[in-house]
Amino acid sequence: MMASSYNAKDEDAVGSGGPGAVKSKKPDNTAFKQQRLPAWQPILTAGTVLPAFFMIGLIFIPIGIGLLVTSNNIKEFEIDYTGVDMFSPCFNCSQNYSWNSTSACTCSVPFTLDQPFESNVFMYYGLSNFYQNHRRYVKSRDDSQLNGDKSSLLNPSKECEPYRTSDKKSIAPCGAIANSLFNDTLELFYIHPNGSRITIHLVKTGIAWWTDKHVKFRNPGGNNNLSIVFQETSKPVNWHKAVYELDPSDPENNGFINEDFIVWMRTAALPTFRKLYRIIQKKKDNMTPTLPPGNYSLEVTYNYPVRSFDGRKRMILSTISWMGGKNPFLGIAYITVGSVCFFLGVVLLIIHHKYGNRNNNADIPN
Amino acid sequence: SFSRTIYVGHRPCPDTEAFIPSKFCDNRIVSSKYTVWNFLPKNLFEQFRRIANFYFLIIFLVQVIVDTPTSPVTSGLPLFFVITVTAIKQGYEDWLRHKADKEVNKYPVTVLEDGRSVKKESEKIKVGDVVEVVEDETFPCDLILLQSSREDGTCFVTTASLDGESNHKTHYTVPDTEKDLQALTATIECEQPQPDLYKHNLPFLSLGPENLLLKGATLKNTKKIYGVAVYTGMETKMALNYQGKSQKRSAVEKSINAFLLVYLCILISKAVVCTTLKYVWQSKEGQDEPWYNQKTQKEKDSNMYLKMFTDFLSFMVLFNFIIPVSMYVTVEMQKFLGSFFITWDKDFFDPEIQEGALVNTSDLNEELGQVEYVFTDKTGTLTQNNMEFIECCIDGFQYRYRDTQSELDGFTVTDGPVNKLQQKKEELFLRALCLCHTVQVKEAGSEVLADQVDGIDGLLLQPEEERGFIASSPDEIALVKGAMKYGFTFLGLESKSMKIKNRQNDIEEYKLLHVLNFDPVRRRMSVIVQTTSGETLLFCKGADSSIFPRVRPEEVDRIRMHVERNATEGYRTLCVAYKQLSAEEYAMADTGLREARLALQDREEKLMAMYNQVEMGMSLIGATAVEDRLQEEAAETMEALQGAGMKVWVLTGDKMETAKSTCYACRLFQRGTELLELTVRTLEDERLKRDEKLHELLQEYHRKAVQDAPPVKAGVTRSWSTANQDYGFIIDGATLSLVMNPPRDADASQYKSLFLQICQNCTAVLCCRMAPLQKAQIVKMVKNSKGSPITLSIGDGANDVSMILEAHVGIGIKGKEGRQAVRNSDYAVPKLKHLKKLLLAHGHLYYVRIAHLVQYFFYKNLCFILPQFLYQFFCGYSQQPLYDAAYLTMYNICFTSMPILAYSLLEQHTSIEILLDNAALYREIANNAMLRWHPFLYWTVLGIFQGLMFFFGVRFLFSNPALQDNGQVFGNWSYGTIVFTVLVFTVTLKLALDTRHWTWINHFVIWGSLAFYVFFSFFWGGIIWPFLKQQRLYFVFANMLSSVSAWLVIIILILLSLLPEILLVVLRKPRGPHSRQVYFSLPFPLLSLNSSFLPYPSYFLIFSLIYILFCSSFILHHVLTRCDVTQSQPITRYLKLYSYVKQWLVSLLVAGLH
Repeated sequence: MMASSYNAKDEDAVGSGGPGAVKSKKPDNTAFKQQRLPAWQPILTAGTVLPAFFMIGLIFIPIGIGLLVTSNNIKEFEIDYTGVDMFSPCFNCSQNYSWNSTSACTCSVPFTLDQPFESNVFMYYGLSNFYQNHRRYVKSRDDSQLNGDKSSLLNPSKECEPYRTSDKKSIAPCGAIANSLFNDTLELFYIHPNGSRITIHLVKTGIAWWTDKHVKFRNPGGNNNLSIVFQETSKPVNWHKAVYELDPSDPENNGFINEDFIVWMRTAALPTFRKLYRIIQKKKDNMTPTLPPGNYSLEVTYNYPVRSFDGRKRMILSTISWMGGKNPFLGIAYITVGSVCFFLGVVLLIIHHKYGNRNNNADIPN
Repeated sequence: SFSRTIYVGHRPCPDTEAFIPSKFCDNRIVSSKYTVWNFLPKNLFEQFRRIANFYFLIIFLVQVIVDTPTSPVTSGLPLFFVITVTAIKQGYEDWLRHKADKEVNKYPVTVLEDGRSVKKESEKIKVGDVVEVVEDETFPCDLILLQSSREDGTCFVTTASLDGESNHKTHYTVPDTEKDLQALTATIECEQPQPDLYKHNLPFLSLGPENLLLKGATLKNTKKIYGVAVYTGMETKMALNYQGKSQKRSAVEKSINAFLLVYLCILISKAVVCTTLKYVWQSKEGQDEPWYNQKTQKEKDSNMYLKMFTDFLSFMVLFNFIIPVSMYVTVEMQKFLGSFFITWDKDFFDPEIQEGALVNTSDLNEELGQVEYVFTDKTGTLTQNNMEFIECCIDGFQYRYRDTQSELDGFTVTDGPVNKLQQKKEELFLRALCLCHTVQVKEAGSEVLADQVDGIDGLLLQPEEERGFIASSPDEIALVKGAMKYGFTFLGLESKSMKIKNRQNDIEEYKLLHVLNFDPVRRRMSVIVQTTSGETLLFCKGADSSIFPRVRPEEVDRIRMHVERNATEGYRTLCVAYKQLSAEEYAMADTGLREARLALQDREEKLMAMYNQVEMGMSLIGATAVEDRLQEEAAETMEALQGAGMKVWVLTGDKMETAKSTCYACRLFQRGTELLELTVRTLEDERLKRDEKLHELLQEYHRKAVQDAPPVKAGVTRSWSTANQDYGFIIDGATLSLVMNPPRDADASQYKSLFLQICQNCTAVLCCRMAPLQKAQIVKMVKNSKGSPITLSIGDGANDVSMILEAHVGIGIKGKEGRQAVRNSDYAVPKLKHLKKLLLAHGHLYYVRIAHLVQYFFYKNLCFILPQFLYQFFCGYSQQPLYDAAYLTMYNICFTSMPILAYSLLEQHTSIEILLDNAALYREIANNAMLRWHPFLYWTVLGIFQGLMFFFGVRFLFSNPALQDNGQVFGNWSYGTIVFTVLVFTVTLKLALDTRHWTWINHFVIWGSLAFYVFFSFFWGGIIWPFLKQQRLYFVFANMLSSVSAWLVIIILILLSLLPEILLVVLRKPRGPHSRQVYFSLPFPLLSLNSSFLPYPSYFLIFSLIYILFCSSFILHHVLTRCDVTQSQPITRYLKLYSYVKQWLVSLLVAGLH
């Protein structure tokens, strides 16, 4: 933008350079060309910075305290069900694992909640030492296939190698991410003090980003019957069932727009991560907590092997606040920065009073 | 062979054996660098010789060949852009040179061939051709004068465009040659071409320099001449005196290259660390290829070492943004656009020539802010080369000419009575002025007005008397004209008789008996004339020092006072004396002079002795004061330059006396300055040989100026050390060549270093009688001396071209002596006075701007790429980019480029007026102060600090990726986007903090690019782009903004990153004109060292801040580890990393404190 105006000027100058030109070469007396544009010349001085420090201190410390309190009020429960330990309920499942086994291995993990979980409770599964952010892994997907593109469905991107074809058919959904879809099934039971097991209703929608579910991920069109749409394709090698069988009960949650699948497809930032699995909605009556304190049992259909890479699987129950899940970091950070600023403000004020005037006077004779 | 044989007119000599037509080069001048054919390969080769371009080429090729995380377009496109722009620029410049060459080479000349005059193009002239040159034409090649249209076989030549001497020089035809050039057969033997302008050895017969006409000189006052070409084309003295235009590199570019190497080391070590760790990590079972992330068959098959190598290259590519290709684009743009401010500056506009400043090279803008030595030409640069008679003093009374009064009565006594006796003295004095000279009157009728340099414009007042004067020294003309103003007009010299028209308009006639020529050793000249009444008079004029001992002492006192006052005012003073010779005295003198002239041995000495004998016992009549008018504000400019810490050297081809008086006038030498003279005159010694004397003098001066001088801190000049003796140094060309190339056994380097040391301790140095190449030699010597100071040459004539080319920065003055200096300069200004603003304001600002630009670029790319490097530790060293490709590419091109470009064009950390008023401010940036390792370290530490903040701040946030109030989680692209958002805002706000001069453009660009970033991110993430393979950022940015936690973390990270910077700005010791503002500084004693860019305690503060941060993160982790026991395993790993980093920081802190 600026360059073009300069160039225009340059041509002018060349044009007037000829001997015939009468136009004077005297430079234009404009503020811009003479570097005299009106300018604001701020100078950070003690006078402006000191109040700013105190302001930051005064604002940040309360915010920090608020954040810390909020974070501490969030109830979070986490249980590792990997089954590394000989005595843990899922030890057998974790040992006898094979992809080809037809019969599912199930295990039941008991746990106790000491405190009631109010409002909506969010159920996460967590994986550790699982590198979803590995470059080879991250790029191993075909977004246009997932967006319902017909040609990509039958001819997926090269990036999906080596999960691109099997049995000479293209894999849908292709790639390493889809292939490694987390396929443990987690169910939650409340053990009533009277001994009865009450199934806790887990909602499996609303766990993926709305835009992902409705725009980014699309089933290939043409037919409402997904099995026909996907008939030319093959299921990912590690899957037990095809993509159109992910949730046969709900056509809005089946195929590529299955929310468990979408959640998995959003690759995690760090090798230890959690992903939203289910939502336990608060009771209608609002009188009893969503999850009252007491004994619970987590029923795991153990399909997902993590021992080979020394990984861990966790189930996390958490309530959520306006700032998200439990994380004291922000609160602490705000309190720290606020206090540091306040402290610096005080120190600077002292210095200013003690030395500022003297230096100032000393400067004037110069 | 040592000589060349030339056959005049290509006719073989009958008496020599065989005619061997030797091969000489043709008369073509080639100053261009490329031809159409070799432009592309040669230019590309030269461009890729630059370390940066070569590096980017390598990176680009790696990206093309190897599977890398980023596409080749990201580095290929900017590289292509840079190369193309540079090639076009250089091509255009070379085209201009081609055009200029063509103009010279196609110039039509007349050559005598077989009796006919043939028109030829200048380039076709061959050695041996007889060339015809008419008046006011320049000689197309070096010629031996064969025939002149003047009867006496002379011609007049001005070499103004060669050595700056604008006076007319007389050259002679070869004596005793055939009048008919057709019949002339002759051979000329002369030596092979050599560049020394003042040294010609033409051993054959009587040929000497007075027979040789140099290419580039102009024929004057002679209708036409014939000459035979002896040196042509690139072998002419002028071409040999030119030096190839070497590519000038600025010191900033050298600093950039040094920083580049540091960053290259950082880059390579990063890549090495990552590659090593990758293989260490992979060696653990199950890590390299877990079941969920299998390799392709191709990857499995590839060779392990090859894979390691490609991994290394991939890391290099991933981190290559740390060396910003965009910086080169921005620097080039900044230089190119920034230089317009010089052309646009109306202060550089000269209404007289209707032109402003001219920028030939924009590469050196910032060098203008770094100048340590200024080499200036005298004639036409310091002075206007326009002599004017100012006043005279006759018998102790001062006379000053007043313009306002009528011609005849203009001569007024300002401090004394006029009486009869006085009247007589007056007339005697004026007669002396009219007679004692070697001036010739230019015939009326010829084009008088052409010669402006000699001041004929003064005659325009008297159109009826179109009379011009020609003399070897402009002073003489000034004196003759001065006398004319007062009623005594010199009419000319005709057959040994001089005619003068006196006040009564009577013609007086004097017979010229002898001329005792001027020479620089004697420093006076005399004439012996005979009046019509038979009296024999000797008139003598000369420097006071050479006249006073030869006159009666009682006369001296009355005049000395005037002379001294005039001299300190910068006028060139001459004393005039006369003596009446009795018949016997004259007879003695006459015979003595004649004998001496005819002496075959020791003629010079004998003549000198005779002169001394004759010029004795004279009586002093008066003194004159002639002003070689200084350029406007020359003295103020020089003072400002010296105040800014620059050392000014005057290099001139002119005489020493003249140059010295100019130096006084410019206040380069002052009354108290002790002059150390090393000239032919001071080397004259009866006892010692020249080189011995030289050695002695050098030792003596060295003792005086260097050893005995109290140690002076660098950068402190006169104004600071008034107590010390100032020294001025004077050397002339002949002595300089003795110093540079001492004869025989003398130790060359010792002389040179002695000379250099003396010069460096002198406030001003005057080098007179310099050949152009010697000027360049001096510049080169200083340039290559210890510390390699930045040199600047300023001149206006062709004789200054070589020094303009040699110096780091060459400035041409659009003066009267042609355009060669302007063409070869880097910058051209109309007047000397413009140098002040050019250096003190423009140079200073450009330097600050570009230095900041460079540092900022390295900084912003360091904190850009550091998080990406740290991310490798968390993604299995898989070269996974943290940021999306669009962000990687756009970061330097769009998001952060415009604010810094605007800053680097508009910033005025101190306003121009203040810079001009306080020359000492220039010293603050001396020695490349803003691009030394110290500030570089500061910026690097800042970059590292901020990079760590960005990455780990978000990392802690992502220990629970459920950041939205609906429990949904963020993935890796959200991570990168948050880091990137913090990054863009921080680096932009950092620049905002640094900006001292907020014009609307700065506001627009800074807030605009932040807005653009937000807008772009929305836009980029708002659409499923059909051409993208992956929709990585789809709604990532919008989702990020919907998370309160993300907002909070962005705010606090930006603030925390800028906190040390804000602190530093407040704590920094106030400098310069703002010192009256309310500032305060820490009571550390170190702070008083304001020479350093940043005081050490600042580092202390930064380090302690980082330390506090890490401690708090440490505490935080304790809290976290207590919170969730299950995550303990990875967290202990991070803790280890932190304790490592902490240790490292603590040790750095300790090192920094020491």
